Amino acid sequence: MRVSARISQRIAKIVIWSTAFFVIVLLLAIIIYILLKGVSALNWQFLSEIPRDMGRSGGILSTVVGTLLVTAVAIVVATPLGVGTAFYLTEYTREGRVTRIIRFSAESLAGIPSIVYGLFGFIFFVIYLKLGWSVLSGGLTLAVMILPTIIRTSEEAILTVPSLYREVSFSLGGTKWQTITKAVIPSALPGIAIGIILGIGRCVAETAAVILTAGSALRMPISLFSPTRTMAVHFYILAREGISMERAYGTAALLIILILLINVVANILVNRFVARGR
Amino acid sequence: MTPQPKIIIRKLNFYYQKKLVIRELNLEILSNEILAVFGPANSGTTTLLRTMNRLCDLIPGAHLEGEILLDGKNIYAPDISVTELRRRVGMVFDVPTPLPMSIFENVAYGPRLSSMKTKAAVVEVVERALRMAVLWDEVKDRLNTPALRLSGGQQQRLCIARVLALEPEVILLDRPCSGLDPVSTVKIEESLQQLKEHFTIVIAPHNVQQAGRVADQVAFMLMGSLIEHGITAEVFENPTDKRTGDYITGRFG
Repeated sequence: MRVSARISQRIAKIVIWSTAFFVIVLLLAIIIYILLKGVSALNWQFLSEIPRDMGRSGGILSTVVGTLLVTAVAIVVATPLGVGTAFYLTEYTREGRVTRIIRFSAESLAGIPSIVYGLFGFIFFVIYLKLGWSVLSGGLTLAVMILPTIIRTSEEAILTVPSLYREVSFSLGGTKWQTITKAVIPSALPGIAIGIILGIGRCVAETAAVILTAGSALRMPISLFSPTRTMAVHFYILAREGISMERAYGTAALLIILILLINVVANILVNRFVARGR
Repeated sequence: MTPQPKIIIRKLNFYYQKKLVIRELNLEILSNEILAVFGPANSGTTTLLRTMNRLCDLIPGAHLEGEILLDGKNIYAPDISVTELRRRVGMVFDVPTPLPMSIFENVAYGPRLSSMKTKAAVVEVVERALRMAVLWDEVKDRLNTPALRLSGGQQQRLCIARVLALEPEVILLDRPCSGLDPVSTVKIEESLQQLKEHFTIVIAPHNVQQAGRVADQVAFMLMGSLIEHGITAEVFENPTDKRTGDYITGRFG
């Protein structure tokens, strides 16, 4: 059957509009539903106290702190490693066996379910390195988990920097390192930041890998070696063990708000940085 | 005073992979003169310019034979600092290439790399460079605006200023006016006439007319070989090689 160009054009437009519309409605519906269910649980006590009675009463402050600490460890460890690897792959070596091996490993790692990272973290960090269930074990496990994402997005960001910028910098007497820090990084930064933001999102939302490595203690973590429970884990336990659905939704709502906040702040920072050059 | 050769090129061969793009080239470039290296597309003019500040080093698989002497010293000698060389031999590209930063930062980019300069010294160098590139009056009130907001002609003069801020000895210009309107082209050509008092200039013009307008000497290249080299007026009026004459009068190319 032949369809005229005009009609196919119109059909395509309708299909594409409706897919986008469907996805946006779906996403908004989920966010709004959770916020509606959860906001009622949010109050000062909920935000400022640590959980009592397995989370039936009290607040969730220690899980918020735990989430932020675990995520911070993961980002602080994974960012230099990931961005460094990306620069190695793009600026310091030519395509060859080594780059293929690194890329292949990174891609394979990206496809592994997070519970497998959890198991690895449990065996390696918790038991073998004797770090125990701790912020550090959890953070390091998450760092390994988000490494492929950061490598990949950074690599793509670096590759989109026009090679002319490099030539200009070299032609002005720049060394390779000066060229990278002064001409390449500023242009690649928004893309690199996206990778880091994605990584933060995955860390904040991760359950399986953290429950096996950071534990599920409700105490306030006082050092990197304290066991802790992240918000996502808290939510999972509250909901699964039927402790309190209301508080589970409250935790979820706060989690969503936290992620939105991180995204907004990161975007503002990146835009401010980019705006200087354009 | 008789002009001294600033650059002497001896038996230069240049290969991309196995392909020979510059063949047995010998050339002397005099101080404080403008030399135009011209020829049809793929004659090797861009490559020749890039061998003079070793920007061709960046091309994977490229290979060079022969020597290029700058003030009598081979720039391909092992003890030469390439970054130092590129500060002495600056380059302007065929498209305006401001970096995505402010006007001031673009011009200050080179001086800041050498890290010996104080802030006040950098400010001074930037102003001097912008004045020499005849851009100062147009941008002095908005040095902190992004360079990408300038017009194409202004961007190219900014790139010239950026090279001048290095306080180089030689300036290479690779078709610097190819994307510019006639007015901008005239401005750049005029500034070149002033600049040659202080610098040695090698330009790959984007057409024969520009070579005739700006150059003291011209070198005609074809397929990677130097066909003819001499004083502009003499080459244009009395080319010794038939191919030079044909190209200048527009019979081919």
